[in-house]
Amino acid sequence: MAHDGPIKVGLQDCRNAWVETLEALAAEDERIVAVVNDSTGSSKLGGFQKKFPDRLINVGIAEQLMVGVGAGLANGGRIPFVSAASCFLTGRSLEQVKADVAYANFNVKLVGQSSGVAYGELGATHHSIEDFAWLRPLTNITVIAPADAWETAEAVKWAAAHQGPVYLRLSRMPVPDLDIPGRAFTPGKAELVRSGSDVTVIACGTTVHLAAEAADALADKGLSVRVLNMATINPLDEKAVLAAARETGAIVTVEEASVRGGLGGAVAELTSGECPVPVERLGFPGFVPTGSTEWLFEEFGLSVAGISAAVRKVLERVKR
Amino acid sequence: MTPKPETVDLIREKALWMRRTAFSMVHKAQLGHPGGDFSAIDILATLYFGVLRYDAKRPDWADRDRFVMSKGHATGALYSALCAAGYFPESWLATYMQPRAMLNGHPNRNYVPGVETNTGPLGHGFPVATGIAIAGQLTGADYRTFVLTGDGEQQEGSNWEAAMTAGFRKLENLTLIIDRNRLQQGQSTDVTTGMDPMDEKYRAFGFEVAVVDGHDLGALYDVLSQSPKGRGKPLCVIANTVKGKGVSFMENQAKWHHAVPDDAQFAQAMKELV
Repeated sequence: MAHDGPIKVGLQDCRNAWVETLEALAAEDERIVAVVNDSTGSSKLGGFQKKFPDRLINVGIAEQLMVGVGAGLANGGRIPFVSAASCFLTGRSLEQVKADVAYANFNVKLVGQSSGVAYGELGATHHSIEDFAWLRPLTNITVIAPADAWETAEAVKWAAAHQGPVYLRLSRMPVPDLDIPGRAFTPGKAELVRSGSDVTVIACGTTVHLAAEAADALADKGLSVRVLNMATINPLDEKAVLAAARETGAIVTVEEASVRGGLGGAVAELTSGECPVPVERLGFPGFVPTGSTEWLFEEFGLSVAGISAAVRKVLERVKR
Repeated sequence: MTPKPETVDLIREKALWMRRTAFSMVHKAQLGHPGGDFSAIDILATLYFGVLRYDAKRPDWADRDRFVMSKGHATGALYSALCAAGYFPESWLATYMQPRAMLNGHPNRNYVPGVETNTGPLGHGFPVATGIAIAGQLTGADYRTFVLTGDGEQQEGSNWEAAMTAGFRKLENLTLIIDRNRLQQGQSTDVTTGMDPMDEKYRAFGFEVAVVDGHDLGALYDVLSQSPKGRGKPLCVIANTVKGKGVSFMENQAKWHHAVPDDAQFAQAMKELV
Protein backbone atom coordinates (compact mmCIF):
# COMPACT_ATOMS: atom_id res chain seq x y z
CA MET A 1 0.00 0.00 0.00
CA ALA A 2 1.03 3.58 -0.50
CA HIS A 3 2.73 5.10 2.50
CA ASP A 4 2.01 8.41 4.07
CA GLY A 5 4.60 10.95 3.03
CA PRO A 6 5.70 13.84 5.20
CA ILE A 7 2.93 16.41 5.44
CA LYS A 8 3.88 19.90 4.28
CA VAL A 9 3.56 22.76 6.74
CA GLY A 10 -0.01 24.08 6.82
CA LEU A 11 -1.50 20.92 5.36
CA GLN A 12 -3.64 18.47 7.29
CA ASP A 13 -4.56 14.82 6.98
CA CYS A 14 -8.35 14.92 7.28
CA ARG A 15 -8.37 11.41 8.70
CA ASN A 16 -7.15 12.86 12.00
CA ALA A 17 -10.22 15.08 12.15
CA TRP A 18 -12.38 12.04 11.33
CA VAL A 19 -11.09 9.86 14.15
CA GLU A 20 -10.80 12.62 16.76
CA THR A 21 -14.42 13.59 16.11
CA LEU A 22 -15.64 10.00 16.07
CA GLU A 23 -13.89 9.17 19.33
CA ALA A 24 -15.35 12.26 21.01
CA LEU A 25 -18.84 11.38 19.79
CA ALA A 26 -18.47 7.74 20.80
CA ALA A 27 -17.47 8.76 24.32
CA GLU A 28 -20.81 10.57 24.59
CA ASP A 29 -23.02 8.07 22.77
CA GLU A 30 -22.59 4.35 23.33
CA ARG A 31 -24.69 3.56 20.27
CA ILE A 32 -21.82 4.60 18.02
CA VAL A 33 -19.84 1.63 16.71
CA ALA A 34 -17.30 1.17 13.92
CA VAL A 35 -17.27 -1.68 11.39
CA VAL A 36 -14.14 -2.43 9.36
CA ASN A 37 -12.79 -4.95 6.88
CA ASP A 38 -9.35 -5.35 8.43
CA SER A 39 -9.07 -1.62 7.79
CA THR A 40 -8.51 -0.44 11.36
CA GLY A 41 -5.10 1.03 10.53
CA SER A 42 -5.95 2.64 7.20
CA SER A 43 -9.07 4.11 8.81
CA LYS A 44 -6.88 5.39 11.69
CA LEU A 45 -9.22 3.62 14.12
CA GLY A 46 -6.48 2.20 16.35
CA GLY A 47 -7.24 4.79 19.05
CA PHE A 48 -10.98 4.11 18.82
CA GLN A 49 -10.27 0.41 19.24
CA LYS A 50 -8.18 1.05 22.38
CA LYS A 51 -10.91 3.18 23.92
CA PHE A 52 -13.87 1.07 22.82
CA PRO A 53 -12.57 -2.43 22.06
CA ASP A 54 -16.01 -4.07 21.86
CA ARG A 55 -17.35 -1.37 19.59
CA LEU A 56 -14.80 -1.87 16.82
CA ILE A 57 -16.22 -4.74 14.79
CA ASN A 58 -13.72 -6.19 12.37
CA VAL A 59 -15.41 -8.71 10.06
CA GLY A 60 -12.23 -9.47 8.17
CA ILE A 61 -11.76 -8.95 4.46
CA ALA A 62 -15.44 -9.37 3.71
CA GLU A 63 -17.01 -6.21 2.33
CA GLN A 64 -20.45 -7.63 1.53
CA LEU A 65 -20.73 -8.81 5.12
CA MET A 66 -19.29 -5.54 6.43
CA VAL A 67 -22.07 -3.47 4.88
CA GLY A 68 -24.77 -6.04 5.72
CA VAL A 69 -23.57 -6.11 9.34
CA GLY A 70 -23.80 -2.31 9.33
CA ALA A 71 -27.48 -2.56 8.34
CA GLY A 72 -28.07 -5.21 11.00
CA LEU A 73 -26.40 -3.11 13.69
CA ALA A 74 -28.70 -0.23 12.73
CA ASN A 75 -31.67 -2.62 13.02
CA GLY A 76 -30.41 -3.39 16.52
CA GLY A 77 -30.35 0.31 17.47
CA ARG A 78 -26.64 1.01 16.97
CA ILE A 79 -25.19 3.88 14.90
CA PRO A 80 -22.59 2.14 12.75
CA PHE A 81 -19.75 3.93 10.96
CA VAL A 82 -18.67 1.41 8.32
CA SER A 83 -15.15 2.45 7.36
CA ALA A 84 -13.03 0.99 4.58
CA ALA A 85 -11.07 1.95 1.49
CA SER A 86 -13.72 3.55 -0.67
CA CYS A 87 -12.80 1.49 -3.75
CA PHE A 88 -13.87 -1.70 -1.92
CA LEU A 89 -16.61 -0.18 0.23
CA THR A 90 -18.50 1.12 -2.78
CA GLY A 91 -17.36 -1.33 -5.45
CA ARG A 92 -17.28 -4.76 -3.86
CA SER A 93 -20.40 -4.21 -1.79
CA LEU A 94 -22.37 -1.95 -4.12
CA GLU A 95 -25.45 -4.21 -4.01
CA GLN A 96 -25.37 -4.20 -0.21
CA VAL A 97 -25.05 -0.42 -0.26
CA LYS A 98 -28.04 -0.28 -2.59
CA ALA A 99 -30.36 -2.86 -1.01
CA ASP A 100 -29.33 -3.07 2.66
CA VAL A 101 -28.49 0.59 3.28
CA ALA A 102 -30.08 2.93 0.72
CA TYR A 103 -33.26 1.07 -0.28
CA ALA A 104 -33.82 -0.26 3.23
CA ASN A 105 -33.07 3.26 4.50
CA PHE A 106 -31.06 2.11 7.51
CA ASN A 107 -29.19 4.55 9.69
CA VAL A 108 -25.76 3.49 8.43
CA LYS A 109 -22.78 5.80 7.91
CA LEU A 110 -20.46 4.60 5.17
CA VAL A 111 -17.01 6.14 5.39
CA GLY A 112 -14.94 5.79 2.24
CA GLN A 113 -11.27 6.15 3.08
CA SER A 114 -8.42 6.95 0.68
CA SER A 115 -10.90 7.90 -2.00
CA GLY A 116 -10.19 9.16 -5.50
CA VAL A 117 -6.61 8.45 -6.54
CA ALA A 118 -5.10 8.41 -3.05
CA TYR A 119 -3.70 5.00 -3.94
CA GLY A 120 -2.38 6.39 -7.22
CA GLU A 121 0.56 4.06 -7.69
CA LEU A 122 -1.52 0.98 -6.95
CA GLY A 123 -3.51 1.33 -10.14
CA ALA A 124 -7.11 1.54 -11.21
CA THR A 125 -8.26 -1.40 -9.05
CA HIS A 126 -7.49 0.75 -6.02
CA HIS A 127 -8.66 4.08 -7.39
CA SER A 128 -12.10 5.12 -6.27
CA ILE A 129 -13.22 7.54 -8.94
CA GLU A 130 -16.54 5.85 -9.81
CA ASP A 131 -18.14 6.09 -6.36
CA PHE A 132 -20.05 9.34 -6.98
CA ALA A 133 -21.62 7.91 -10.12
CA TRP A 134 -22.55 4.68 -8.35
CA LEU A 135 -24.07 6.27 -5.26
CA ARG A 136 -25.78 9.37 -6.62
CA PRO A 137 -28.76 7.42 -8.06
CA LEU A 138 -29.27 5.64 -4.70
CA THR A 139 -31.29 8.65 -3.74
CA ASN A 140 -31.62 8.04 0.02
CA ILE A 141 -27.89 8.35 0.64
CA THR A 142 -26.45 11.75 1.47
CA VAL A 143 -23.05 11.88 -0.24
CA ILE A 144 -20.50 14.28 1.27
CA ALA A 145 -16.90 14.93 0.22
CA PRO A 146 -15.41 17.33 2.80
CA ALA A 147 -12.85 19.86 1.57
CA ASP A 148 -10.65 20.13 4.65
CA ALA A 149 -10.14 19.01 8.23
CA TRP A 150 -12.71 21.40 9.68
CA GLU A 151 -15.38 20.30 7.25
CA THR A 152 -14.50 16.64 7.85
CA ALA A 153 -15.12 17.06 11.58
CA GLU A 154 -18.39 18.91 10.94
CA ALA A 155 -19.56 16.25 8.48
CA VAL A 156 -18.82 13.43 10.94
CA LYS A 157 -20.78 15.24 13.67
CA TRP A 158 -23.68 15.85 11.32
CA ALA A 159 -23.70 12.24 10.09
CA ALA A 160 -23.84 10.89 13.64
CA ALA A 161 -26.82 13.10 14.48
CA HIS A 162 -28.65 12.57 11.18
CA GLN A 163 -31.17 9.73 10.96
CA GLY A 164 -30.48 8.06 7.60
CA PRO A 165 -27.81 6.69 5.30
CA VAL A 166 -24.71 8.80 4.65
CA TYR A 167 -21.58 8.30 2.56
CA LEU A 168 -18.61 10.34 3.74
CA ARG A 169 -15.88 10.39 1.12
CA LEU A 170 -12.59 11.05 2.85
CA SER A 171 -9.10 11.40 1.48
CA ARG A 172 -5.64 10.71 2.82
CA MET A 173 -4.23 13.55 0.74
CA PRO A 174 -3.12 16.43 2.97
CA VAL A 175 -4.99 19.67 2.26
CA PRO A 176 -4.92 23.18 3.75
CA ASP A 177 -7.81 24.58 5.77
CA LEU A 178 -9.97 26.86 3.63
CA ASP A 179 -9.60 30.52 4.54
CA ILE A 180 -13.27 31.35 5.00
CA PRO A 181 -14.30 33.28 8.13
CA GLY A 182 -17.40 32.34 10.12
CA ARG A 183 -18.09 29.02 8.47
CA ALA A 184 -21.10 26.89 9.26
CA PHE A 185 -21.55 23.41 7.78
CA THR A 186 -24.93 22.92 6.15
CA PRO A 187 -25.38 19.61 4.33
CA GLY A 188 -26.97 20.01 0.93
CA LYS A 189 -25.81 23.63 0.66
CA ALA A 190 -22.94 24.92 -1.42
CA GLU A 191 -20.41 27.03 0.44
CA LEU A 192 -19.27 30.27 -1.18
CA VAL A 193 -15.46 30.18 -1.21
CA ARG A 194 -14.90 33.13 -3.56
CA SER A 195 -17.39 35.66 -4.91
CA GLY A 196 -17.34 36.27 -8.63
CA SER A 197 -19.44 37.15 -11.65
CA ASP A 198 -17.59 36.05 -14.83
CA VAL A 199 -17.56 32.30 -14.32
CA THR A 200 -18.16 29.76 -11.54
CA VAL A 201 -15.87 26.95 -10.48
CA ILE A 202 -17.74 24.23 -8.55
CA ALA A 203 -15.42 21.89 -6.70
CA CYS A 204 -15.54 19.33 -3.93
CA GLY A 205 -13.19 17.51 -1.60
CA THR A 206 -9.46 17.77 -2.22
CA THR A 207 -9.86 20.12 -5.19
CA VAL A 208 -11.63 23.04 -3.48
CA HIS A 209 -8.44 24.71 -2.25
CA LEU A 210 -6.98 24.42 -5.78
CA ALA A 211 -10.08 26.13 -7.20
CA ALA A 212 -9.69 28.95 -4.67
CA GLU A 213 -6.03 29.40 -5.57
CA ALA A 214 -6.89 29.43 -9.27
CA ALA A 215 -9.57 32.06 -8.66
CA ASP A 216 -7.03 34.23 -6.83
CA ALA A 217 -4.54 33.85 -9.68
CA LEU A 218 -7.19 34.72 -12.27
CA ALA A 219 -8.33 37.72 -10.22
CA ASP A 220 -4.87 39.16 -10.71
CA LYS A 221 -5.56 38.95 -14.44
CA GLY A 222 -8.89 40.73 -14.14
CA LEU A 223 -11.27 37.76 -14.06
CA SER A 224 -13.97 37.54 -11.44
CA VAL A 225 -14.29 33.85 -10.58
CA ARG A 226 -16.94 32.51 -8.21
CA VAL A 227 -15.89 29.37 -6.34
CA LEU A 228 -18.39 27.04 -4.71
CA ASN A 229 -17.48 24.22 -2.36
CA MET A 230 -20.07 21.56 -3.24
CA ALA A 231 -19.28 19.20 -0.37
CA THR A 232 -22.67 17.56 -0.66
CA ILE A 233 -22.91 15.80 -4.03
CA ASN A 234 -26.25 14.22 -3.20
CA PRO A 235 -28.65 15.89 -2.77
CA LEU A 236 -27.21 18.61 -4.99
CA ASP A 237 -27.71 22.27 -4.08
CA GLU A 238 -29.66 22.96 -7.26
CA LYS A 239 -30.40 26.53 -6.29
CA ALA A 240 -26.72 27.42 -6.03
CA VAL A 241 -25.89 25.71 -9.33
CA LEU A 242 -28.70 27.44 -11.21
CA ALA A 243 -27.80 30.79 -9.66
CA ALA A 244 -24.23 30.26 -10.84
CA ALA A 245 -25.46 29.42 -14.35
CA ARG A 246 -27.75 32.46 -14.54
CA GLU A 247 -25.43 34.96 -12.89
CA THR A 248 -22.06 33.92 -14.33
CA GLY A 249 -23.04 32.14 -17.54
CA ALA A 250 -20.32 29.49 -17.47
CA ILE A 251 -19.31 26.68 -15.11
CA VAL A 252 -16.22 24.59 -14.50
CA THR A 253 -16.57 21.53 -12.27
CA VAL A 254 -13.56 20.03 -10.49
CA GLU A 255 -13.48 16.70 -8.68
CA GLU A 256 -11.07 13.92 -7.80
CA ALA A 257 -13.37 11.52 -9.57
CA SER A 258 -14.54 10.36 -12.97
CA VAL A 259 -15.97 13.09 -15.20
CA ARG A 260 -18.85 10.70 -15.86
CA GLY A 261 -21.73 10.75 -13.43
CA GLY A 262 -20.15 12.61 -10.51
CA LEU A 263 -20.26 16.27 -9.53
CA GLY A 264 -19.72 17.36 -13.14
CA GLY A 265 -22.38 14.97 -14.33
CA ALA A 266 -24.84 16.24 -11.74
CA VAL A 267 -24.21 19.87 -12.70
CA ALA A 268 -24.50 19.09 -16.42
CA GLU A 269 -27.73 17.13 -15.91
CA LEU A 270 -29.28 20.02 -14.05
CA THR A 271 -28.10 22.92 -16.20
CA SER A 272 -28.86 21.19 -19.51
CA GLY A 273 -32.52 21.11 -18.55
CA GLU A 274 -32.96 24.26 -16.49
CA CYS A 275 -30.38 26.78 -17.68
CA PRO A 276 -28.08 25.55 -20.44
CA VAL A 277 -24.65 27.17 -20.15
CA PRO A 278 -21.21 25.87 -21.18
CA VAL A 279 -19.88 23.43 -18.58
CA GLU A 280 -16.29 22.15 -18.51
CA ARG A 281 -15.78 19.08 -16.36
CA LEU A 282 -12.36 18.48 -14.81
CA GLY A 283 -11.63 15.05 -13.43
CA PHE A 284 -10.56 11.70 -14.74
CA PRO A 285 -11.79 10.44 -18.12
CA GLY A 286 -11.88 6.77 -17.09
CA PHE A 287 -9.24 4.32 -15.92
CA VAL A 288 -6.08 6.35 -15.44
CA PRO A 289 -2.44 5.26 -15.51
CA THR A 290 -0.44 4.37 -12.45
CA GLY A 291 1.35 7.29 -10.82
CA SER A 292 1.55 9.22 -7.60
CA THR A 293 -1.49 11.15 -6.47
CA GLU A 294 0.35 14.40 -7.09
CA TRP A 295 1.34 13.32 -10.60
CA LEU A 296 -2.20 12.27 -11.46
CA PHE A 297 -3.56 15.61 -10.23
CA GLU A 298 -1.10 17.50 -12.44
CA GLU A 299 -1.54 15.18 -15.42
CA PHE A 300 -5.32 15.50 -15.48
CA GLY A 301 -5.53 19.21 -14.76
CA LEU A 302 -6.52 19.08 -11.11
CA SER A 303 -4.16 21.97 -10.46
CA VAL A 304 -4.14 25.75 -10.42
CA ALA A 305 -2.87 25.76 -14.01
CA GLY A 306 -5.37 23.13 -15.12
CA ILE A 307 -8.34 24.87 -13.51
CA SER A 308 -7.23 28.22 -14.94
CA ALA A 309 -7.00 26.69 -18.41
CA ALA A 310 -10.48 25.18 -18.04
CA VAL A 311 -11.84 28.57 -17.01
CA ARG A 312 -10.36 30.20 -20.12
CA LYS A 313 -11.73 27.39 -22.28
CA VAL A 314 -15.25 27.67 -20.95
CA LEU A 315 -15.17 31.45 -21.41
CA GLU A 316 -14.07 30.94 -25.03
CA ARG A 317 -17.13 28.72 -25.50
CA VAL A 318 -19.36 31.48 -24.13
CA LYS A 319 -18.01 33.89 -26.75
CA ARG A 320 -18.66 31.49 -29.64
CA MET B 1 -38.74 -28.56 23.93
CA THR B 2 -41.63 -30.82 22.91
CA PRO B 3 -44.64 -28.70 22.02
CA LYS B 4 -48.05 -29.03 23.60
CA PRO B 5 -50.58 -30.62 21.23
CA GLU B 6 -52.59 -27.40 21.07
CA THR B 7 -49.48 -25.51 19.98
CA VAL B 8 -48.95 -27.88 17.06
CA ASP B 9 -52.65 -27.65 16.21
CA LEU B 10 -52.43 -23.86 16.12
CA ILE B 11 -49.31 -23.90 13.94
CA ARG B 12 -50.95 -26.42 11.57
CA GLU B 13 -54.10 -24.33 11.31
CA LYS B 14 -52.07 -21.17 10.58
CA ALA B 15 -49.87 -22.96 8.05
CA LEU B 16 -52.95 -24.15 6.16
CA TRP B 17 -54.38 -20.61 6.13
CA MET B 18 -51.02 -19.27 4.94
CA ARG B 19 -50.81 -21.78 2.07
CA ARG B 20 -54.34 -20.97 0.90
CA THR B 21 -53.69 -17.24 1.30
CA ALA B 22 -50.30 -17.26 -0.43
CA PHE B 23 -51.65 -19.24 -3.39
CA SER B 24 -54.68 -16.95 -3.68
CA MET B 25 -52.35 -13.94 -3.79
CA VAL B 26 -50.24 -15.56 -6.50
CA HIS B 27 -53.32 -16.63 -8.46
CA LYS B 28 -54.79 -13.14 -8.35
CA ALA B 29 -51.53 -11.38 -9.21
CA GLN B 30 -50.49 -14.05 -11.72
CA LEU B 31 -47.04 -13.46 -10.29
CA GLY B 32 -45.01 -14.90 -7.45
CA HIS B 33 -42.90 -17.81 -6.28
CA PRO B 34 -45.37 -20.37 -4.95
CA GLY B 35 -43.04 -23.39 -4.89
CA GLY B 36 -40.70 -21.70 -2.44
CA ASP B 37 -43.63 -20.24 -0.48
CA PHE B 38 -44.88 -23.75 0.18
CA SER B 39 -41.53 -25.23 1.17
CA ALA B 40 -41.05 -22.43 3.72
CA ILE B 41 -44.54 -21.95 5.16
CA ASP B 42 -44.34 -24.61 7.89
CA ILE B 43 -41.11 -22.99 9.11
CA LEU B 44 -42.66 -19.51 9.19
CA ALA B 45 -45.85 -20.75 10.86
CA THR B 46 -43.77 -22.46 13.55
CA LEU B 47 -41.76 -19.29 14.14
CA TYR B 48 -44.68 -16.85 14.24
CA PHE B 49 -47.10 -19.07 16.16
CA GLY B 50 -44.78 -20.99 18.43
CA VAL B 51 -41.35 -19.44 18.80
CA LEU B 52 -40.94 -15.71 18.17
CA ARG B 53 -41.45 -13.03 20.82
CA TYR B 54 -43.14 -10.08 19.15
CA ASP B 55 -45.90 -7.53 19.43
CA ALA B 56 -47.47 -6.80 16.06
CA LYS B 57 -48.68 -3.45 17.38
CA ARG B 58 -45.08 -2.43 18.11
CA PRO B 59 -43.01 -3.61 15.14
CA ASP B 60 -40.07 -1.47 16.30
CA TRP B 61 -40.08 -2.83 19.87
CA ALA B 62 -36.36 -2.97 20.67
CA ASP B 63 -36.50 -6.34 22.43
CA ARG B 64 -38.51 -8.21 19.79
CA ASP B 65 -37.11 -11.37 18.29
CA ARG B 66 -36.12 -10.74 14.70
CA PHE B 67 -37.01 -12.90 11.72
CA VAL B 68 -35.14 -12.06 8.52
CA MET B 69 -36.60 -13.53 5.33
CA SER B 70 -33.49 -13.79 3.22
CA LYS B 71 -35.27 -15.71 0.45
CA GLY B 72 -37.15 -12.49 -0.22
CA HIS B 73 -38.88 -13.82 -3.33
CA ALA B 74 -41.12 -16.01 -1.16
CA THR B 75 -43.35 -13.09 -0.21
CA GLY B 76 -46.47 -15.26 -0.42
CA ALA B 77 -45.14 -17.05 2.65
CA LEU B 78 -43.84 -13.93 4.41
CA TYR B 79 -46.85 -11.68 3.85
CA SER B 80 -49.35 -14.39 4.78
CA ALA B 81 -47.36 -14.98 7.99
CA LEU B 82 -47.17 -11.28 8.87
CA CYS B 83 -50.86 -10.85 8.12
CA ALA B 84 -51.78 -13.87 10.24
CA ALA B 85 -49.58 -12.46 13.01
CA GLY B 86 -51.53 -9.20 12.92
CA TYR B 87 -48.99 -6.84 11.38
CA PHE B 88 -51.39 -5.59 8.70
CA PRO B 89 -55.03 -6.13 7.75
CA GLU B 90 -56.22 -8.86 5.40
CA SER B 91 -57.45 -6.19 3.00
CA TRP B 92 -53.82 -5.58 2.00
CA LEU B 93 -53.44 -9.09 0.57
CA ALA B 94 -55.45 -8.36 -2.59
CA THR B 95 -52.98 -5.58 -3.44
CA TYR B 96 -50.06 -8.01 -3.82
CA MET B 97 -47.77 -6.69 -6.60
CA GLN B 98 -50.34 -4.14 -7.77
CA PRO B 99 -49.04 -0.70 -8.81
CA ARG B 100 -47.80 1.27 -5.80
CA ALA B 101 -48.82 -1.52 -3.41
CA MET B 102 -47.07 -1.89 -0.07
CA LEU B 103 -46.82 -5.61 -0.82
CA ASN B 104 -43.99 -5.59 -3.36
CA GLY B 105 -42.73 -8.73 -5.03
CA HIS B 106 -39.85 -8.52 -2.56
CA PRO B 107 -40.30 -7.12 0.95
CA ASN B 108 -39.57 -3.51 1.91
CA ARG B 109 -39.29 -2.68 5.61
CA ASN B 110 -40.36 0.89 4.94
CA TYR B 111 -43.69 -0.31 3.53
CA VAL B 112 -44.62 -3.39 5.53
CA PRO B 113 -44.56 -3.54 9.33
CA GLY B 114 -42.78 -6.64 10.58
CA VAL B 115 -40.29 -6.76 7.71
CA GLU B 116 -36.84 -6.49 9.31
CA THR B 117 -34.77 -5.66 6.23
CA ASN B 118 -35.19 -5.36 2.49
CA THR B 119 -34.32 -8.56 0.68
CA GLY B 120 -34.67 -9.92 -2.82
CA PRO B 121 -31.14 -10.18 -4.15
CA LEU B 122 -29.92 -13.41 -2.58
CA GLY B 123 -27.26 -13.63 0.10
CA HIS B 124 -28.24 -10.42 1.90
CA GLY B 125 -30.29 -11.64 4.85
CA PHE B 126 -27.67 -13.71 6.66
CA PRO B 127 -25.11 -10.84 6.84
CA VAL B 128 -27.78 -8.42 8.08
CA ALA B 129 -29.01 -10.97 10.65
CA THR B 130 -25.40 -11.37 11.77
CA GLY B 131 -25.25 -7.62 12.38
CA ILE B 132 -28.51 -7.73 14.35
CA ALA B 133 -27.11 -10.56 16.47
CA ILE B 134 -23.84 -8.66 17.06
CA ALA B 135 -25.89 -5.67 18.25
CA GLY B 136 -27.71 -7.96 20.68
CA GLN B 137 -24.45 -9.45 21.90
CA LEU B 138 -22.92 -5.98 22.37
CA THR B 139 -25.79 -4.65 24.43
CA GLY B 140 -26.63 -7.82 26.32
CA ALA B 141 -30.15 -7.79 24.89
CA ASP B 142 -31.92 -11.13 25.08
CA TYR B 143 -33.74 -11.06 21.75
CA ARG B 144 -33.06 -13.85 19.26
CA THR B 145 -32.42 -13.44 15.54
CA PHE B 146 -33.60 -15.99 12.99
CA VAL B 147 -32.79 -15.91 9.29
CA LEU B 148 -34.21 -18.17 6.60
CA THR B 149 -32.29 -18.73 3.38
CA GLY B 150 -33.04 -20.94 0.44
CA ASP B 151 -30.63 -23.79 -0.21
CA GLY B 152 -29.69 -22.54 -3.67
CA GLU B 153 -29.16 -19.17 -2.01
CA GLN B 154 -26.27 -20.69 -0.06
CA GLN B 155 -24.31 -20.52 -3.32
CA GLU B 156 -23.91 -16.77 -2.72
CA GLY B 157 -20.49 -16.19 -1.15
CA SER B 158 -21.75 -13.52 1.24
CA ASN B 159 -23.36 -16.30 3.30
CA TRP B 160 -19.97 -17.80 3.98
CA GLU B 161 -18.56 -14.42 4.98
CA ALA B 162 -21.38 -14.27 7.52
CA ALA B 163 -20.84 -17.86 8.63
CA MET B 164 -17.19 -17.15 9.36
CA THR B 165 -17.96 -14.15 11.57
CA ALA B 166 -21.04 -15.67 13.26
CA GLY B 167 -19.09 -18.79 14.19
CA PHE B 168 -16.03 -16.85 15.31
CA ARG B 169 -18.08 -14.47 17.47
CA LYS B 170 -20.06 -17.38 18.96
CA LEU B 171 -23.38 -15.68 18.21
CA GLU B 172 -25.59 -18.04 20.18
CA ASN B 173 -28.49 -15.61 19.73
CA LEU B 174 -28.45 -16.29 15.97
CA THR B 175 -30.24 -19.13 14.19
CA LEU B 176 -29.78 -19.80 10.49
CA ILE B 177 -32.50 -21.92 8.90
CA ILE B 178 -31.86 -23.39 5.46
CA ASP B 179 -34.94 -24.30 3.41
CA ARG B 180 -33.39 -27.41 1.87
CA ASN B 181 -35.88 -28.24 -0.88
CA ARG B 182 -33.04 -29.26 -3.21
CA LEU B 183 -34.47 -27.29 -6.14
CA GLN B 184 -33.30 -23.87 -7.22
CA GLN B 185 -34.90 -21.71 -9.89
CA GLY B 186 -33.96 -23.84 -12.86
CA GLN B 187 -32.93 -27.24 -11.63
CA SER B 188 -31.76 -29.45 -8.79
CA THR B 189 -29.00 -28.22 -6.49
CA ASP B 190 -27.49 -31.67 -7.06
CA VAL B 191 -26.55 -30.74 -10.61
CA THR B 192 -25.53 -27.11 -10.06
CA THR B 193 -23.06 -27.14 -7.18
CA GLY B 194 -23.99 -30.20 -5.15
CA MET B 195 -23.83 -28.50 -1.74
CA ASP B 196 -23.88 -31.62 0.45
CA PRO B 197 -22.78 -32.12 3.12
CA MET B 198 -24.30 -28.86 4.39
CA ASP B 199 -24.25 -30.03 8.00
CA GLU B 200 -20.52 -30.68 8.01
CA LYS B 201 -19.84 -27.35 6.35
CA TYR B 202 -21.67 -25.44 9.06
CA ARG B 203 -20.16 -27.50 11.86
CA ALA B 204 -16.76 -26.62 10.45
CA PHE B 205 -17.70 -22.93 10.62
CA GLY B 206 -18.48 -23.23 14.34
CA PHE B 207 -22.24 -23.79 14.30
CA GLU B 208 -24.33 -26.29 16.17
CA VAL B 209 -26.26 -28.08 13.44
CA ALA B 210 -29.65 -29.78 13.53
CA VAL B 211 -31.15 -31.54 10.52
CA VAL B 212 -34.93 -31.79 10.66
CA ASP B 213 -37.93 -32.58 8.48
CA GLY B 214 -39.02 -29.05 7.57
CA HIS B 215 -42.68 -30.09 7.49
CA ASP B 216 -42.67 -31.82 10.90
CA LEU B 217 -44.15 -29.06 13.03
CA GLY B 218 -43.28 -30.75 16.31
CA ALA B 219 -39.66 -31.24 15.28
CA LEU B 220 -39.37 -27.64 14.02
CA TYR B 221 -40.86 -26.30 17.23
CA ASP B 222 -38.57 -28.49 19.30
CA VAL B 223 -35.35 -27.30 17.69
CA LEU B 224 -36.30 -23.65 17.23
CA SER B 225 -37.77 -23.05 20.68
CA GLN B 226 -34.78 -24.27 22.68
CA SER B 227 -33.15 -21.50 24.66
CA PRO B 228 -29.85 -20.47 23.08
CA LYS B 229 -28.37 -19.44 26.44
CA GLY B 230 -25.14 -21.26 27.08
CA ARG B 231 -24.99 -22.89 23.67
CA GLY B 232 -21.92 -20.82 22.95
CA LYS B 233 -22.35 -21.04 19.19
CA PRO B 234 -24.87 -20.11 16.53
CA LEU B 235 -27.43 -22.70 15.45
CA CYS B 236 -27.92 -23.89 11.89
CA VAL B 237 -31.15 -25.75 11.22
CA ILE B 238 -31.16 -27.60 7.93
CA ALA B 239 -34.83 -28.10 7.21
CA ASN B 240 -35.38 -30.79 4.59
CA THR B 241 -38.40 -29.58 2.69
CA VAL B 242 -40.44 -30.22 -0.44
CA LYS B 243 -40.78 -27.44 -2.97
CA GLY B 244 -44.50 -26.95 -3.61
CA LYS B 245 -45.40 -28.89 -0.43
CA GLY B 246 -49.12 -29.48 -0.01
CA VAL B 247 -50.29 -29.46 -3.63
CA SER B 248 -49.89 -32.73 -5.52
CA PHE B 249 -49.02 -31.36 -8.93
CA MET B 250 -46.52 -28.82 -7.55
CA GLU B 251 -44.44 -30.96 -5.25
CA ASN B 252 -40.79 -31.35 -6.23
CA GLN B 253 -41.32 -29.57 -9.55
CA ALA B 254 -38.66 -26.92 -10.27
CA LYS B 255 -41.00 -25.11 -12.68
CA TRP B 256 -43.23 -24.13 -9.73
CA HIS B 257 -40.41 -21.89 -8.51
CA HIS B 258 -42.17 -19.04 -10.26
CA ALA B 259 -44.95 -20.69 -12.24
CA VAL B 260 -48.44 -19.37 -11.50
CA PRO B 261 -51.72 -21.31 -11.48
CA ASP B 262 -54.51 -21.04 -14.03
CA ASP B 263 -58.08 -21.16 -12.69
CA ALA B 264 -58.36 -24.96 -12.89
CA GLN B 265 -55.04 -25.48 -11.10
CA PHE B 266 -56.03 -22.96 -8.46
CA ALA B 267 -59.36 -24.75 -7.87
CA GLN B 268 -57.60 -28.10 -7.64
CA ALA B 269 -55.07 -26.71 -5.14
CA MET B 270 -57.83 -25.26 -2.96
CA LYS B 271 -59.48 -28.71 -2.89
CA GLU B 272 -56.25 -30.26 -1.67
CA LEU B 273 -55.37 -27.55 0.87
CA VAL B 274 -57.92 -28.43 3.53
